[in-house]
Amino acid sequence: MENTNREIAIKMTGVKKKYRLGQIGGGTLQADLQSWWARVRGKEDPNSKIGQEQRLVGQSFMALNGIDLTIYKGEAVGIIGTNGAGKSTMLKLLSRVTAPTEGEIDIYGRIASMLEVGTGFSPEMTGRENVYMNGAILGMTKAEIDAKMEDIIEFSEVRDFIDTPVKRYSSGMYVKLAFSVAAHLDSEIMIMDEVLAVGDVNFQQKCLQKMKKVATEDGRTVLYVSHNMSTIRQLCSRCIVMDKGRCVFSGDVDEAIAIYTSRNSVEIKKEYDVSSVERQFETTGKSHINRINIEKNILNLGEILSFELQTDAVADINNSLLRFVVFNQSGTVIGMAYSDLYDLKKGYNSHEFSFKTDVLAPGEYYVDLIQCEYDGSIQIRHDILNKVFAFQVEENEIQYNMKWNKYGWGPINFEKITVR
Amino acid sequence: MSNEAQQYHTHITSEHKWFDLKLKEVWQYKDLIWLFTKRSFVLKYKQTVLGPAWLFINPIMTSLIYTFVFGGIAGIETDGVPQILFYLGGNAIWTFFSTCLTTNANAFIANSNVFGKVYFPRLTTPISNVLSSVIQFGIQMILVLAFLVYYVATGVVHPNWIAWLVIPVVLLNLGIMGLGCGIIISSLTTKYRDLSILVTFGVQLWMYATPIVYPMSQIDNELFRTILMINPATAPIELFRYALLGQGEVSILGLVISWVFTIAVAVLGIMVFNKVEKTFMDTV
Repeated sequence: MENTNREIAIKMTGVKKKYRLGQIGGGTLQADLQSWWARVRGKEDPNSKIGQEQRLVGQSFMALNGIDLTIYKGEAVGIIGTNGAGKSTMLKLLSRVTAPTEGEIDIYGRIASMLEVGTGFSPEMTGRENVYMNGAILGMTKAEIDAKMEDIIEFSEVRDFIDTPVKRYSSGMYVKLAFSVAAHLDSEIMIMDEVLAVGDVNFQQKCLQKMKKVATEDGRTVLYVSHNMSTIRQLCSRCIVMDKGRCVFSGDVDEAIAIYTSRNSVEIKKEYDVSSVERQFETTGKSHINRINIEKNILNLGEILSFELQTDAVADINNSLLRFVVFNQSGTVIGMAYSDLYDLKKGYNSHEFSFKTDVLAPGEYYVDLIQCEYDGSIQIRHDILNKVFAFQVEENEIQYNMKWNKYGWGPINFEKITVR
Repeated sequence: MSNEAQQYHTHITSEHKWFDLKLKEVWQYKDLIWLFTKRSFVLKYKQTVLGPAWLFINPIMTSLIYTFVFGGIAGIETDGVPQILFYLGGNAIWTFFSTCLTTNANAFIANSNVFGKVYFPRLTTPISNVLSSVIQFGIQMILVLAFLVYYVATGVVHPNWIAWLVIPVVLLNLGIMGLGCGIIISSLTTKYRDLSILVTFGVQLWMYATPIVYPMSQIDNELFRTILMINPATAPIELFRYALLGQGEVSILGLVISWVFTIAVAVLGIMVFNKVEKTFMDTV
């Protein structure tokens, strides 16, 4: 990670943030005095508890549990992670809304943080007045805002309403105006927490492009938290994965997204015991898949995936069929395949299935299985298993000396085009 | 750019420097202070029929009530100053002080929405609260002056015109005192909400312990006089009235006590405020 040629924008060393669990305030004056009195006498604090788990010590919770991170100037860094992984806490610390419990942060440059859209907007005031207000809160002087006012109004697309109180605005207009202010700040570092979610698609794209431009052309640093992987991919040059208050990965965006998404999913195995896997959707329960055995789960491009399903049925089911839904690593559905009709008899059944993977590009895939009965007019669902197993199409196949570009070329490897 | 980046280097740690008052940073945000001040006026009278006229109606009503209750019923002497003028003046200066105190006592809680989302020197809020109190005071003084002109013309009141020069000093004294007390309370209310309820009551009590509805000269009891002298709000208010109406006891000792108290609460207040500002979002 050490790179001496580049200028550091943010450096975090051993940053921890502790929160107290449960109710804070209300009656704590007494407890505080008690603790204080105990400390004065050198006794043990009667209000502290000692817990077992490292992250959940007693009544406190480590939202950040030792973050070491260096971000360089001009980088657009994405931060991903599950809810509660500590993303927002980290941004809060960086934007100085709250202070760390331990550790040090060095920031080189001014920070414009947008943890929320339109912070400090007063509904009674007009758009223009709020631009001044919002800009000043974010650290601009009046002269700076005056100089940028025209750009801000132009970018926000709400010129016609700029002298109307913002309480009359639609939520989209509100976001547009607020983002415009933040985007036009003269700050060296920009922090965005999931703020684009509210705007329409066109505006989202516009914002992303603006941020990207800010990072690549003006050499500013962007920190961006989102659950929307495609915006992360579009904007960021580096990505950080956070989990349980730690930074578990930092580097290539695609790799980071892969790590983050597979964190929630199944590992690649040859045998899956799914008899007691919880079903997420309601079904008739007439059939129940117990085991999946896979002959070969790491395939070369174009190889056939063979798997065996062991199913218990409560009664004979004729005209069964299997729906096989394929998802890619980031959880996006790729496509679906039907099986031929087959019969299930009462009790134990075993069937072999073969799925042709020749259209799938190299990568890891997950599968939903839906076992149905076709009664001549409709399909009755008897068992549904979500993301139940995984397989991989290997990347070793090189076509004309090129590797498959997953994110540029998508997940489907169409049949070759014929030339006459 | 690198020089610029160096210029804006921020170092964040868990440690807190007690004597770092961050006043320089506050100065950089002076435009924000002004906007906050402006907003407090704009928002107060939006969607009211009478609008800024309330700035005049309020003190007139209060002064009339005082005149009726304290002057009429209780029969308190006002040292020859017409009662309505006496109460208008007292009300103006006390409203200034108490607004400084109460608005700042709520500074953290009232602004927790904004404070929780973006950083700016939090001290800008209390300072703008004081500024808007100054403006409000100025507007009230227009009313006071209107009455004063009439009574001066009729020869009833003889202000000490030279002493008017100290009125800004009085405002500074009371403004900083109100700010100091307010932000100390505000810092504590982030954890103990009880205090915000106590403030309303406490300020009222404080008013009666200050010569607002009665002149200092009416107090004979030694004990009460001592209490009034220790009260740091007394001396500047008497000084104000001395300048404005030519009535009142100016005590140098009282002014010294007042200034020492003012500077002490202001420094303590800013220290506590800056300490609390770092983590109050976690407890508020």
